[in-house]
Amino acid sequence: MSALLQVAGLAKRFGGFTALEGIALDVAPGERLGLIGPNGSGKTTLINCISGALYNDEGRIAFEGRDITRLPPFQRARLGIARSFQIPKPFRSLTVLDNLRVPLEYAARTRSAHRRAEDEAMRVLESMGLAARAHQDSAGLTQVDMRKLELARAMAAHPRLLISDEAMAGLSGAEVDEVLEILFKLNAAGITIIMIEHIMQAVMRFSQRVVCLDAGRIICEGTPEQTVANADVQRAYLGA
Amino acid sequence: MRGWGFPAACAAVVVAGLAFTELADNPYYFNAAYVILQALIMAVAWNILGGFTGYVNFGSAAFFAVGAYTSIALLKAAAVPLPLLILAAALVCGLIGLGVGYLTLRLKGVYFAIATLAMGIVLETLINNWSYVGGAKGTAILTPDKHLWFDSYSEMLFMVMLLLALGSVAVSRTLSSSRLGRGLAAIRDDEVAAECSGVPTLRLKLVSTTVMGAMMGAAGAPYPYFVSYVDPLSAFNLFIAVNSIAMPMIGGTAHWAGPVVGALLVGSAQEVITVTISSELNVLLVGIMLVLFITLAPQGIVGLVRKHWKKRA
Repeated sequence: MSALLQVAGLAKRFGGFTALEGIALDVAPGERLGLIGPNGSGKTTLINCISGALYNDEGRIAFEGRDITRLPPFQRARLGIARSFQIPKPFRSLTVLDNLRVPLEYAARTRSAHRRAEDEAMRVLESMGLAARAHQDSAGLTQVDMRKLELARAMAAHPRLLISDEAMAGLSGAEVDEVLEILFKLNAAGITIIMIEHIMQAVMRFSQRVVCLDAGRIICEGTPEQTVANADVQRAYLGA
Repeated sequence: MRGWGFPAACAAVVVAGLAFTELADNPYYFNAAYVILQALIMAVAWNILGGFTGYVNFGSAAFFAVGAYTSIALLKAAAVPLPLLILAAALVCGLIGLGVGYLTLRLKGVYFAIATLAMGIVLETLINNWSYVGGAKGTAILTPDKHLWFDSYSEMLFMVMLLLALGSVAVSRTLSSSRLGRGLAAIRDDEVAAECSGVPTLRLKLVSTTVMGAMMGAAGAPYPYFVSYVDPLSAFNLFIAVNSIAMPMIGGTAHWAGPVVGALLVGSAQEVITVTISSELNVLLVGIMLVLFITLAPQGIVGLVRKHWKKRA
């Protein structure tokens, strides 16, 4: 089976600081991948490189067999890479509905069904339980709704690969379940998902495979159980 | 306003403008209206970049002046008709706008604003040293005799400005409710998130700066005929730039109607004060209104009205 996303020999430096080095990662179509690691280990930098928000200094990124290493982020979004942001970045002056129209009209323009963007946006909001908020200003949303909007906006891009960057940070147990439910549903619909998360219980439940980063390198890769049992992971992240 | 409302309103304004040229005798009215309409176009143009896209341009006067000087340069060479002057000025300033658009690659926020200010100073220095268009001592342009069926040239200029103003409002209104407008709003709110949602941010910013530049150039093109004497000091006047920022701010930057309301209100107030009290005081007026609106109603007049409607609904 050929990989949906292939990352090979990736390195990213900020001045003299090496944020990522020698990252090799293949993600299969339909996979649910968990990405863990201590703060500052390079998780967000890695997905910034994958989504194009940052350009990597070394290495190669391929999506569906196509080299995207030098593609600007908007073109990667059009190919089907969508992400949510760790700190929600809603389009604050737009309504919740119009927040979704942006990716629908841009990222998904060539790929979405030829329906009206407004109806389609409404459908996504309904699936996220945000329909009642459609015409509110996005700046006034609660924390959990803001997180849901992040995911909804990523979904509206009709992605093949969804990268969720700590979509559950700061949420209560019930709310975490709610977001997990949504992610499972998306995955069942065929979307490959990379999940960055600190809530281990969610990572364990969700991921088929877990990758652990520490100081810019992959220190362990395996099933959730294998990863948790790994001595390096325990030392670097979980605390023995 | 939906469907035919806006075109009908535009047609009504044109008819009212024509009636005005038939009924009014005092040439001052046309001068005053011209000045207000000129400010209106500048405000609408500024708002496309400043309001919709979120990049503050302090160099509006430079676009305006280059528009005016494009006319002068062409008129020195040949008897070019006014519509062609406007087109040429729009083209030249559109290109400068495109160049400014590339600045957004590296400069954001206050740094972009400073760069536009600096661009104005550079362009002013160039014109100051270009003797073909009069250099620092300026140049006189004779107003032609021909003025279609109007009683005077200034009446015709007023109608030209009215059409240009309606045109720019129509462009701005179409833009704001379109896919392009939502893309610009996304850039204003968060450029990284916009890009990750598939918005080609650079391309959209280039469109935005180019349209802004072209509109400002068009607003400046008839200026030499209006004043019949142009020097760099008056054409690059900082007051033009300040007005282009203050009027959308006071009217409201988020909506296409904001700069229109702001320009009509502030522009009219400036004219009234210039005539009744003093021409120096109107500068003070803009300052005071700007401070009041930024502190008390940052969404501008249109923002206040919409908030009021929302509460009632």
